[in-house]
Amino acid sequence: MSTSTTPAPPPGTQGPSPARAAPRPARRPAPTGRRRALRRDWQLYSLAVLPLLFFLVFRYLPMIGNVIAFRRFEPGGSILGEQWAGLRYVEMFLTDPTFWQVFRNTLWIGGLTLLFCFPVPIVLALLLNEVRTRALKRFVQSVSYLPHFLSIVIVAGITLQMLATDGPVNHVLGWFGQDPVRFIQEPEWFRTIYVGSEIWQTAGWGTILYLTALTTIDDDLYEAARIDGANRWRQIWHVTLPGIRPTMITLLILNIGTFLAVGFEKILLLYNPLTYQTGDVISTYLYRTGVESNSFSYAAAIGLFEAVIGLVLITSANLLSRRTVGTSLW
Amino acid sequence: MVTVDRPTRGYRVFQGVNGLILTGVVVVTLYPFLNIVARSFSGERQIRAGEVTLWPKGFNLTTYEIVFQDATFWRNYGNTVFYTVVSTAVAMLLTTCYAYVLSKKHLRGRGILVGVAVFTMFFSGGLIPTYVLITSLDLKNTVWALALPNAISVFNLLVMKAFFESLPDELEEAAQIDGLSTYGTLLRIVLPLSKAVVATMVLFYSVSFWNSWFGAFLYLDRAELMPVTVYLRNLIAGATGGTGAGAGTEQLTQVAANIQAVTIVLTALPILCVYPFVQRYFVSGVMLGAVKG
Repeated sequence: MSTSTTPAPPPGTQGPSPARAAPRPARRPAPTGRRRALRRDWQLYSLAVLPLLFFLVFRYLPMIGNVIAFRRFEPGGSILGEQWAGLRYVEMFLTDPTFWQVFRNTLWIGGLTLLFCFPVPIVLALLLNEVRTRALKRFVQSVSYLPHFLSIVIVAGITLQMLATDGPVNHVLGWFGQDPVRFIQEPEWFRTIYVGSEIWQTAGWGTILYLTALTTIDDDLYEAARIDGANRWRQIWHVTLPGIRPTMITLLILNIGTFLAVGFEKILLLYNPLTYQTGDVISTYLYRTGVESNSFSYAAAIGLFEAVIGLVLITSANLLSRRTVGTSLW
Repeated sequence: MVTVDRPTRGYRVFQGVNGLILTGVVVVTLYPFLNIVARSFSGERQIRAGEVTLWPKGFNLTTYEIVFQDATFWRNYGNTVFYTVVSTAVAMLLTTCYAYVLSKKHLRGRGILVGVAVFTMFFSGGLIPTYVLITSLDLKNTVWALALPNAISVFNLLVMKAFFESLPDELEEAAQIDGLSTYGTLLRIVLPLSKAVVATMVLFYSVSFWNSWFGAFLYLDRAELMPVTVYLRNLIAGATGGTGAGAGTEQLTQVAANIQAVTIVLTALPILCVYPFVQRYFVSGVMLGAVKG
């Protein structure tokens, strides 16, 4: 345990570490304390310096940097802004009709994503679990994980190619005598396209945790259910689903927590001015106002609002699930 | 787990249906990708006629030649390699150091050090303050704007910490009795024993850096600095800009669609090459992370 290079530490000052000496309450090791820990482990602490600096600068400083939502920021000036502006920027977005439009879009896309993307991996995992041929199961899994490893730019590119006016989807529509649809430019198609590509990319990968949870279910439970006369459907209903319930709830909480932060990068890649009407969400709007139009304080206010709602959502989902089913993240 | 009883007729029917559904899943997942590959080798006319499905029609390598002759493409491809290598190196250095520190259970203040990292999984500063920070640190148009802000993924950190914790304490104690310092123990005892986890982490990080685009899009201004993902993004954005149709532009978009297919294939190629090897590690990493996180 000791990091000192001297072979024989003087008795009393070192020897067993305080944690190990704890069961002997007779005399508390007197010189224990920060300085002693520092002297003993300074080399370990020194390894933590750069990582801590990283967290401080690139993670915590931006958190503090959010004060520019309440201060006037000038490009090139202090990252904490120049002078207090009160709630000016908050009022600005609350009275901004575009903001409410993107807020509604966010709720729509977030809600549809939750509704469709959350259950698909569960169903897929249950189906995979019923496959008796190991090789087949492995193959289906490997294939369905694949889109998860591709860059989101590639996923967007493939999506756009599939939906192009001369792409496969329109080609299939042609067999049924349909005229080609310009999917990419039609606002009413945006949500479907987004959710569809999201399922394509994430469904397979999402099964991993469920499949792991399924392997931990005790076989005796199935045995008992069978003896009680349960057929396979009832076994799934009474044994399998309760078995993966904690996993389901944990993932549901996480999904609800990130509800508003809907796939920012993917939307940025898929939408265009023609589909802003349904595709523009809070995060893309704040990107455009902040980075493209240089209204940093205004955009930071929107971002803070989004973060606060996200926090409220995840906390309340967590509380609700702890009260009702006894599972929670913390 | 349920093979004891004889399958009923209904269950056999279910198995058949299940097989069909899963085949459908495989087809739906793979088809778009195979189609893109087929398109990349196909002639424009055949693509426009919708003849290309799984196999190239009007096989030619013209589009590949066009892309290969584009100096910007090569430059951006090289940039991606460079950014991935630098970012991964920085990330590995910081992640390994911190994970090793966090794995020492006796360390005073360890709880705080863990908390500092885990807290950032739930809260983040947001896009705008981060952008303002990177800009005012003068990191724009340098590789550091991509490497430094993503130097530690807390998820990877926890996976690595869990691995270090599983190493036997006695080994390190013995090394220290033999006179190795903490640095020496880490470099000469711990890391050689951790080749598996180090390799996994290198793959985790490099795949994510290879795939990333938004940081470069935000913090790099000039075309010659872009990674290939942004090159591809610009192709896509160009093709969907909503410019009106017409015979001339139709022709152009078609060529663009061909080039997009080629670029997609080339950008995904390295990932597809390592995929069979990394998949297993990723899966076990996710499970480990789920247990720990």
